[in-house]
Amino acid sequence: MYPFKFHRPATVRQAAGLLGRLEDAKLLAGGHTLLPVMKQRLASPAHLVDLSRIEGLAGIEAKGRSLAVGAMTTHAEVADSGVVRAAIPALADLAGQIGDPAVRHRGTLGGSLANNDPTADYPAACLALDATIVTSKRRIKADDFFQGLFQTALEPDEIIVRVLFPIPKKAAYVKFRNQASRYALVGVFVARRPSEVRVAVTGAGTDGVFRMAAFEQALKARFAPKSLDGLTVPAEGLSSDIHASADYRAHLIGVLARRVVEAANKAV
Amino acid sequence: MTRPSLTKISLTVNGKAISASVDPRTLLVTLLREELGLTGTHVGCDTSQCGACVVHVDGKAVKSCTMLALTADGRAVVTIEGLAAEGAPLHPMQEAFRDNHGLQCGFCTPGMIMTAIDIVNRKGHELDDRTIRDELEGNLCRCTGYQNIVKSIAAGAKAMASA
Ligand SMILES: Cc1cc2nc3c(=O)[nH]c(=O)nc-3n(C[C@H](O)[C@H](O)[C@H](O)COP(=O)(O)OP(=O)(O)OC[C@H]3O[C@@H](n4cnc5c(N)ncnc54)[C@H](O)[C@@H]3O)c2cc1C
Ligand code: FES
Ligand code: FES
Repeated sequence: MYPFKFHRPATVRQAAGLLGRLEDAKLLAGGHTLLPVMKQRLASPAHLVDLSRIEGLAGIEAKGRSLAVGAMTTHAEVADSGVVRAAIPALADLAGQIGDPAVRHRGTLGGSLANNDPTADYPAACLALDATIVTSKRRIKADDFFQGLFQTALEPDEIIVRVLFPIPKKAAYVKFRNQASRYALVGVFVARRPSEVRVAVTGAGTDGVFRMAAFEQALKARFAPKSLDGLTVPAEGLSSDIHASADYRAHLIGVLARRVVEAANKAV
Repeated sequence: MTRPSLTKISLTVNGKAISASVDPRTLLVTLLREELGLTGTHVGCDTSQCGACVVHVDGKAVKSCTMLALTADGRAVVTIEGLAAEGAPLHPMQEAFRDNHGLQCGFCTPGMIMTAIDIVNRKGHELDDRTIRDELEGNLCRCTGYQNIVKSIAAGAKAMASA
């Protein structure tokens, strides 16, 4: 790791101020993406701005028709939360499948979204649930937030504060894990909302998380695995690597989409 | 590139109050092993994969190779050395690993035991194989094939109930 200066602001305002003022500063949340890449010297920020001592950034609250989860809430807190389990059980299930128990004790929602790893789990939940990402500056809809591989709508001095997840009628997440990394080889999140059905796919796209419009249309007519009969997924635009070919990923999306709809129907 | 400036931190390690001046880059595991001489916590991969470096921070299992020492400022850290006092009987989970042949070379064992105790803290004393295997996702062992580790943890979990 290259040297850096460490800052420990007490408020989001101070943290944003530091980001704006300092040359080459990065936020530190759970550190489970940032520290490994700093150790590999793939990142070498001159300043780290620690979010861990800012009050009010972690926590879970059901607010009317949505669930608010603070940016610094850990994966373990979401997985074990009775409030999440009651409102959106699929979200608790998803958080409980991230990495391993020690990773879940440190990794955070905000860090995962800001990083927008194409194989991360949370982006699929945000996109399928039509979440709103609340930052230090504004509110960003999930559809506008994720902008390709490791790219988001966040400005350099913008901090995720919390995420609002509208509570769906039904939802489920099914993940086919990469056995070595535990990330998603392919993961599919489905949400049946009052006005629409959304299907989001992670792990597969060369441009990161994406929605499957054809599946959404078919499921809107009837929310059952059978509705997907005859629909195929083109391999075009899907990633190919040592773990799986684009064709294999395309096939998996179809298989997992059927399973996830079945799971969502069973969950209620 | 900025020159490292030392930052002062205070924490408890195995119940003892510690103050140290650290380069901000110092990992928690480096502080434990190199500054405090607590070499029971191992570094297997240094890439957050293997779990040999697992310690408890404020009662929760974390990979100490993936946490800055600065992040432990003001927190309570427990390492394998903190489970039983020198000369005192072993912790029931340590005893269970010995009784059930839960180790061979022993390199992964401190991390396994710290993870095992964390599992018991979260999931209770009656652990089935499936639960133990799922929960060991982040702890790798190159020797045992895991069978006896799983047995040890189930036995240790039970023993902790009566300890
Ligand atoms: C062994 C291992 C297995 C893993 N498996 C999975 C998996 O299966 N699925 C999965 O989805 N993830 C997985 N992860 C990643 C894990 O979920 C990370 O914790 C997460 O991606 C990043 O969150 P963090 O809190 O650790 O962020 P950090 O590493 O601290 O930060 C990541 C990035 O986000 C920025 N950032 C952090 N917080 C904010 C904020 N509030 N506002 C704006 N920017 C911010 C940082 O500046 C940094 O650029 C794994 C990690 C490890 C080490
Ligand atoms: S040394 Fe920390 S996980 Fe391997
Ligand atoms: S006993 Fe040798 S690595 Fe586990």
